[in-house]
Amino acid sequence: MTSTLTRTGDDARDDHNHEEHGDHRMFGLATFLVADAMTFAGFFAAYLTFKAVNPLPEGAIFELELPLPILNTVLLLVSSATFHKAGQAIRQGDHGRCRRWLLISAALGIAFLASQMLEYFTLPFGLADNLYASTFYAATGFHGLHVTLGALMILIVWWQARPEGGRVTAENHFPLEAAELYWHFVDGIWVVLFVILYLL
Amino acid sequence: MTVATPPDIQSAAPRLQPSGWIRYFSFSVDHKVIGLQYLVCGFAFYLVGGALAGAIRTELASPVSDFMARDVYNQVLTLHGTVMIFLWIVPVVNGAFGNYLIPFYVGARDMAFPRLNAVAFWLIPPAGLMLISSYFLTGAAQSGWTAYPPLSITTPAAGQIIWILSVLLLGGSSIFGGINFIATILKLRRPGLKLMQLPMYCWAMLGTSILVVLSTPVLAGTLVLLSFDIVAHTGFFNPGMGGNVVVYQHLFWFYSHPAVYIMVLPAFGLVSEILPVHARKPLFGYVTMVYSIMAIVGLGLIVWAHHMFTSGTPPWMRLFFTIATAFIAVPTGIKFFNWLATLWGGRINLNSAMLFSCGFIVNFVLGGITGVALAQVPFDIHVHDTYFVVAHFHYIVFGGSVFVVFASVYHWYPKFTGRMLNEGLGRFHCALTFIGFNLCFGPQHWLGLNGMPRRVAEYDPQFTLINQISSVGALLMAVSTLPFLWNVVQSAFSGRIAGDNPWNALTPEWLTSSPPPVENWVGEAPLVEEPYGYGVPIDQLDLAAASGRDLWSSGK
Ligand code: HEM
Ligand SMILES: [Cu+2]
Repeated sequence: MTSTLTRTGDDARDDHNHEEHGDHRMFGLATFLVADAMTFAGFFAAYLTFKAVNPLPEGAIFELELPLPILNTVLLLVSSATFHKAGQAIRQGDHGRCRRWLLISAALGIAFLASQMLEYFTLPFGLADNLYASTFYAATGFHGLHVTLGALMILIVWWQARPEGGRVTAENHFPLEAAELYWHFVDGIWVVLFVILYLL
Repeated sequence: MTVATPPDIQSAAPRLQPSGWIRYFSFSVDHKVIGLQYLVCGFAFYLVGGALAGAIRTELASPVSDFMARDVYNQVLTLHGTVMIFLWIVPVVNGAFGNYLIPFYVGARDMAFPRLNAVAFWLIPPAGLMLISSYFLTGAAQSGWTAYPPLSITTPAAGQIIWILSVLLLGGSSIFGGINFIATILKLRRPGLKLMQLPMYCWAMLGTSILVVLSTPVLAGTLVLLSFDIVAHTGFFNPGMGGNVVVYQHLFWFYSHPAVYIMVLPAFGLVSEILPVHARKPLFGYVTMVYSIMAIVGLGLIVWAHHMFTSGTPPWMRLFFTIATAFIAVPTGIKFFNWLATLWGGRINLNSAMLFSCGFIVNFVLGGITGVALAQVPFDIHVHDTYFVVAHFHYIVFGGSVFVVFASVYHWYPKFTGRMLNEGLGRFHCALTFIGFNLCFGPQHWLGLNGMPRRVAEYDPQFTLINQISSVGALLMAVSTLPFLWNVVQSAFSGRIAGDNPWNALTPEWLTSSPPPVENWVGEAPLVEEPYGYGVPIDQLDLAAASGRDLWSSGK
């Protein structure tokens, strides 16, 4: 009796096949980024608590210089803007312009990584030297991992946005949108990180 | 609505998916296959965890460490807790029933991200095998499921690192699952189905998944820091190097208090499905149930330090966390009374599913009462880290969640397999489990109140008798698994044919064949606007209204 009790649909739906529909994928990515942000929140909370209750022992060094990180902040913020330009270009169907902006964004990301490396090598403390140093490296390292992944994603999207036969087109540009959201997220995290680690 | 729509043959999407039993060992993307994979895999780990529990209770049958060496006891204890939490309860109440039921409940043919779903499942077996094999290869971790430093830093490193890796994998699996549930419930609902018409289990899973997404990543980050302390000799949580162990505890419990709700909220949802069907009454207080779940989610995120009252927490923190914890009892109590009111005056069918659900209600309220007691600092200071805490959380996790898992197996087995389970064996299983459980964990309250510490292989000989009673209870519980195992295996071959809807239930999973076809329904998904419309007299039926309600009365 039961299997016949069905209701004819008010409208035909297409989202019940196994296609992962674009909108849902962006929603899923956004949910994932919330989770990712919570990992950073954990690191920041640990750092702030250490700062509040665990004074550094005599003679321990934890000093940060500002010029490089400020440069890094600028690099990332500009790269967010250039990525945005790339998104606009693909929506207008201009593959060439899109790919140029993508390359610029990736270059800025890689420049950020290089400059971060430079900072690591010039800092007067190492990973296991003291509590603040360890937390500093853990948080910036985890963020750097995100930037590395993001830069790779940009390069992949750059390849997919080729004019002939690529996956990323004016109509269908989910990979680009996803990478863009991720990149903005990574930049946003950097700003919070910059304030907490370098300014506070 | 139309009754008897000609089955419009869907253009079957050509997919390279194996069929037959082999699909249960494949990377299937069918939510029903994945759900059963979670269930069976979880149950296998439950047997492992149960054997470990048996070893613990055997050791504790005498006050000296005679059955196993002390460090072996620590390993067994750590594995038991980790297996039961991360490989049995969490995957089963979330992954197994969630994957099987949620797409039905929202009127979808699958989860929002089927491939991600399969990935999430397939992270579990390797993580579990890795964890268990660490016992044989390197020696397992010894610092308990909480892995508190400095203990976790000073005990042998190899086992602890494998433990961390395996928990990270399981956490990842849990996060992927949570993302999938949120997207499915919020985005894949059939047109016309409103949020407030969803079966209660959807709300429970939505709430749980929010907790998963917000709290599990914090545990992951914390464990990464802990592994740095172990392998890179940093000092985050190492007081010898200026680190701070209390920060670990805060971060750990920020995940692990919500984790107790990750283990019990889905069980709340499942009971809320089972009770109305077998009491033939609508679920009492639907709207208050929804708000209670969301209140538990919100409050559950801000009570974690009730696990840390003896960790030097300052007075203001104790005050805040005591009050916040006490507040959680309000939504929990609302749910409890709603279940009682659902049963009240119902035409109750005392079958195995119902008996296990009633067992849940009894055990859960006892565990809830000791929970509220533990939240009171002056009391907690005395019983923290004693067997009282062990009794408390087993009343919740075993008496609550595991009872609900069994109730759910009895309730949904006909849907999974198309065959009924043997009721006599089921009731026998329930009686044995209930007696064994209470015999095992009831006396532990007394042990804790009298000062027996938890997690130690040896104890003061004055506690011998009570410990032996507890061990007998554990033996009964172990025995109680046998009729269950026999029942599920034997019924799969020769159980009575169930038909589509043996319980005359109204929720959507029953409005299709048993077991259901690959994409859940032949033809359109039904729109069930009143999943709990039981017990309406036939002359008041609005036959034009499309709810399963007419189905029930026509079936009677
Ligand atoms: C009525 C709500 C509850 C309250 C007020 C409550 C309160 C508490 C408190 C204060 C403790 C700490 C005791 C101590 O270590 O000294 C505790 C421990 C624990 N609770 Fe609950 N609880 C509640 C419900 C639950 C639920 C629903 C679960 C699981 C599904 C649960 C699982 C646990 C576990 C696993 C521990 C021990 C953790 C450990 O130290 O290993 N509790 N509870
Ligand atoms: Cu708690």
